[in-house]
Amino acid sequence: MGAIYILWLRELKRYVRSRVQIIVSLGQPVLYLVGLGFGLGPVFQQAGKGSYLQFMVPGVIGMTVLFSSVFSGIAMLWDRQFGFLKETLVAPVPRIQIMLGRTLGGATVAIIQGTLILIVCLVAGFRPQHWLAVPAAFIFVFMIAIVFAALGTTIGSIIKDMQGFQLIMNFLVMPIFFLSGALYPLTHLPRLLSFVTRLDPLSYGVDGLRGVLIGAWHFSFAIDLGVLGLLAAVFLGTGAWMFSRIQL
Amino acid sequence: MIQVDNLTKKFDAFTAVNNISFEVAKGEIFAFLGPNGAGKTTIIKMLTTLLRPTSGSIRMDGLDPMHKQKEARQCFGIVFQDPSLDQEQTALENMELHGILYHVPRKLRIERSERLLKLFELWDRRNDYVKQFSGGMKRRLEIARGLLHTPKILFLDEPTLGLDPQSRNQLWTHVKHLNETEHTTVFLTTHYMDEADRVAHRIAIIDHGQIVAQGTSAELKEQTKTDSLEGAYLAVTGTSIRDESANAADAMRQVAQMWRR
Repeated sequence: MGAIYILWLRELKRYVRSRVQIIVSLGQPVLYLVGLGFGLGPVFQQAGKGSYLQFMVPGVIGMTVLFSSVFSGIAMLWDRQFGFLKETLVAPVPRIQIMLGRTLGGATVAIIQGTLILIVCLVAGFRPQHWLAVPAAFIFVFMIAIVFAALGTTIGSIIKDMQGFQLIMNFLVMPIFFLSGALYPLTHLPRLLSFVTRLDPLSYGVDGLRGVLIGAWHFSFAIDLGVLGLLAAVFLGTGAWMFSRIQL
Repeated sequence: MIQVDNLTKKFDAFTAVNNISFEVAKGEIFAFLGPNGAGKTTIIKMLTTLLRPTSGSIRMDGLDPMHKQKEARQCFGIVFQDPSLDQEQTALENMELHGILYHVPRKLRIERSERLLKLFELWDRRNDYVKQFSGGMKRRLEIARGLLHTPKILFLDEPTLGLDPQSRNQLWTHVKHLNETEHTTVFLTTHYMDEADRVAHRIAIIDHGQIVAQGTSAELKEQTKTDSLEGAYLAVTGTSIRDESANAADAMRQVAQMWRR
């Protein structure tokens, strides 16, 4: 247990100590919020769907947590290069504990990031349907963080260089974001797109957040939570397996 | 302490380590000499459970590192060829992390961290981030860290690479002292003949994945009828220069170094 704790703590320390990075990583969601939230607001309103800001805030929170958690997993790339990974791999501790410590640390950082962006959204004028919805939303923030931190660790165990990183960003992380319904409603989509959005794990996370925060469900609470729970188990399992197989 | 029999490691068609056998006695300082790409680091990686051998057997303190991984890992300390510290944490935090990973009880951890950091003259800088350390300080910290859990075997993979003569001298003094006082078995690789000559009890020269000569420094000189270890080394490995192909990790390291400034 000590190993899990100390590696979790390490992720947290690294996050708290890099203040520039905190600001930079919050910049992107804020840009989406301002640029799209206010920019597309009038069109969305005319289409009779109400406030776009209200609609997209859950999506932006989901995006923040997605990026932050996947990145923390891929940050293993740096530990590989700067050598710290080796120190943990030769330690007399089951690899699954090392993997869990890293993953939970990354997830915790992502949850903090999500919380910060929620505060920014509240300042920008976002209002949840009920104040009690805010703590409930954390169920989904937590689930998204775990699912994607585990996915990040899995990817981090496989890729070995910068090209791999860019490949993952362009062909995995960005599509997960754009096809998740974070920016648009999942109803009345072309059939192919509708099918793809159902395969996207983040769709269920964003839907859960949106349902809890503003009462607009596409799936349902049970489906969202069920799918995310299942994926968390699958990704943690494969992540642990891939991580245990790392050879240097 | 270490017993290796018919150890082989193949990467696809390339044989990095070819049917090697050797033995290191308890309390001995054993050095591996060899040109770049001879297979030194590959052997260390197999001994330290980071690579699975293709065939052959390894016994460390009587344990097979492939099957009794946890116990084997607990019994050795290692200083890698390239740094393995967490740059974003302080020296003391690095020690603390290592101590927890190696199950050193809290009280002992604090005591030994202080003693080792003082021994390696890092105590005054214990609360500084490792990224602010010089190359020599990082190396010293890595050795201090590797000793925190009182390992029976200490692996040093080219520990003095890129260090100035002062740091090198100091490092070997510490290693010798440790070997004499705590009887820690030391397994090291190096490119510097004078270091092997000065520190090691026994030396093995390795080339193309095979041991081409082994014995004490005096024995090697006698076998090859040369008057220096360097002469003996060149006599058995030849004078041609070996090129190691750069891998993805080296390329990344360059990028990483660019980004750090």
